[in-house]
Amino acid sequence: MGVNEQSGTNGDLLIELEDVYKIYQMGQEQVKALAGVSVSFAAGSFWAIIGPSGSGKSTMLNILGCLDRVTSGRYTLENNDVSMMNDDAVSELRLRHLGFIFQSFNLIPQLTVQRNIELPLYYLGWDAEESAARAVELARRVGLEERLGHRPMELSGGQMQRVAIARALANDPRILLADEPTGNLDSATGQQILELLRELNEQGKTIIMVTHESDIARLANKRLHMRDGLIETVEED
Amino acid sequence: MRRLKVARNIWLGIENLLLHKLRTFLTMLGVVFGVGSVVAMLSVGEGASKEALQQIDKIGIRNIIISSIKSVEEESQSTTRSYMSIYGLTYDDRLRIEETFSHVLQAVPVKLIRKSARLAERNLELRVVGTTPSWFELLKREMVAGRELLEIDSKNRSGIVVLTEFGARRLLATENTIGQRVRVGGSYYEIVGIVKSEGGMAGNIQMPDEQIDAYIPIEAAKERYGDITTRYTSGSRERELVELHQMIVEVDHMDNVESVAKGIEVMLKRFHKKVDYRISVPLALLRQAEATKRTFNVVLGSIACISLLVGGIGIMNIMLASVTERTREIGIRRAIGAKRRQITGQFLVETVVLSTAGGLIGIGLGLLIPWMITIFAGMPTVVTIKSVILSVGISISIGIVFGLYPAVRAANVDPIIALRHE
Ligand SMILES: Nc1ncnc2c1ncn2[C@@H]1O[C@H](COP(=O)(O)OP(=O)(O)OP(=O)(O)O)[C@@H](O)[C@H]1O
Ligand SMILES: [Mg+2]
Repeated sequence: MGVNEQSGTNGDLLIELEDVYKIYQMGQEQVKALAGVSVSFAAGSFWAIIGPSGSGKSTMLNILGCLDRVTSGRYTLENNDVSMMNDDAVSELRLRHLGFIFQSFNLIPQLTVQRNIELPLYYLGWDAEESAARAVELARRVGLEERLGHRPMELSGGQMQRVAIARALANDPRILLADEPTGNLDSATGQQILELLRELNEQGKTIIMVTHESDIARLANKRLHMRDGLIETVEED
Repeated sequence: MRRLKVARNIWLGIENLLLHKLRTFLTMLGVVFGVGSVVAMLSVGEGASKEALQQIDKIGIRNIIISSIKSVEEESQSTTRSYMSIYGLTYDDRLRIEETFSHVLQAVPVKLIRKSARLAERNLELRVVGTTPSWFELLKREMVAGRELLEIDSKNRSGIVVLTEFGARRLLATENTIGQRVRVGGSYYEIVGIVKSEGGMAGNIQMPDEQIDAYIPIEAAKERYGDITTRYTSGSRERELVELHQMIVEVDHMDNVESVAKGIEVMLKRFHKKVDYRISVPLALLRQAEATKRTFNVVLGSIACISLLVGGIGIMNIMLASVTERTREIGIRRAIGAKRRQITGQFLVETVVLSTAGGLIGIGLGLLIPWMITIFAGMPTVVTIKSVILSVGISISIGIVFGLYPAVRAANVDPIIALRHE
């Protein structure tokens, strides 16, 4: 049970990993991407997961984002035991509770900015007009209301990441997951994106961000250091 | 709301297909040609049976035509001098047929005598048809002028005649000629009507009427010409005794025609020493046309099936490529929260839209081909609503059958791998 003593006091418990293993079988050898991780993420914080390459940061984030499954252990997200849920239920969790921000933006190239932002709403079953109104509102929030009709290819990297953030906010999730969101951006642009994330955190979003730069990690108020699939330390401001 | 959603999904599918217009078009071609050939094929078969039906309509689908024929032995003996050949249907045959078969409504007797006619200055070789008024009931021919034969004519053995339109024209008879007298052989007849006639063959069946017919009451024919005809040919004299040259048997219902024909055949075999009659069943033409249509449909149907199969495989191939190409998109959608079945649905809708669009173009082609077949090959064709609906059904099914595998594959893409996919 180890490292979850920070939780409980501040905010309600949102996310909890208990003795989680993620093991890849590579022929004869086993790669332990996560080697028995136990941690709780309290609501409302801005977390950074930091560590050297190959330490299991992305693996951890994918499991938190319900994109990947644990090999063993338990993962609880907002009182749902994710390890026991079927694919449809897990998809529903992603749809209603999570927002993703990726290093490579992951916008759908043939769709306009507006359509990209509307995507979660489409799966939530919103009708076209409501979705459009929400997309406009979100685009304004990330400062891209002028670009709604453009395709991702016509935008700069920073703008693309803003669109991705707008999209991640569309379903109004409590949790935002970001895997090296500034990895493909120059430092000035990256700074703006981080600023935006900080604002969102201040507005109440729980943010978990993977990074391998300690400068960036310093912006977060909680830092989880990883090495070789294990949690080294948890720092808190 | 639900319908709106379906429409929206279809529209999204169309949008996606329109991103690659040329590829979409090329992918559709297999279905276009497959469906085109299905429609064309059905139209040719349909045209053939419609033509047969039209021909049969001229003889009457519930009618059986029995004709007297001179048997081969009779033919060889008739060269002997002063021999009289006796053959063909008899008055008794007619009574027996009418009495024996409950499904027979009536058997209309026909006597045929060749005579030359003269009206004013014009001559014409006629075939005098002695029959009853029912003849005009069984063979529906349009009257051009005047009236048909009536019961009263039969009773009075009246010397009246109904000419065919063709015969009337040759004799320069018009509407105004009605009431005048025409000489046929040695007797005079009052012209009471002019009727349209068919003549020639319907399939392999001789039409009961000819262009040069002249219809008179059978009683008059019997009285004036008797049952024996004498013909003088190149010095020899041929004598024949034929009571009835033809009978047109009306059956109560289409379904009984074939069994009645069988029965008549058995009966005639029993009462005739030689086969001096021929039974023609117009309905058989329809059966023939239907058999032809079936063969045609099977042969061309298999060709159409193969091209549809090829078309379907082409679609599947492109959709599989599209799934690979859009792996990352699938990953993004899954990460956002799309369920597997929604991804399946998305790709399936695209495939069905693709194949249905192909099918619609194919139907256009399928309307064009029969039109050209009719113009250039002179074959009758009929495109039925049924074949169009069938084609739409086929195209949708092709989309579902060949789209299912790529769509399921798309849904089973692992989102993490998909998101890393370049
Ligand atoms: N699909 C996989 N199959 C086999 N091994 C994998 C797979 N995914 C990750 N790994 C291994 O798991 C370990 C952790 O990988 P992970 O991607 O989580 O690292 P990371 O901390 O995100 O590194 P980076 O900073 O380079 O992105 C690595 O050793 C990696 O090789
Ligand atoms: Mg990583």
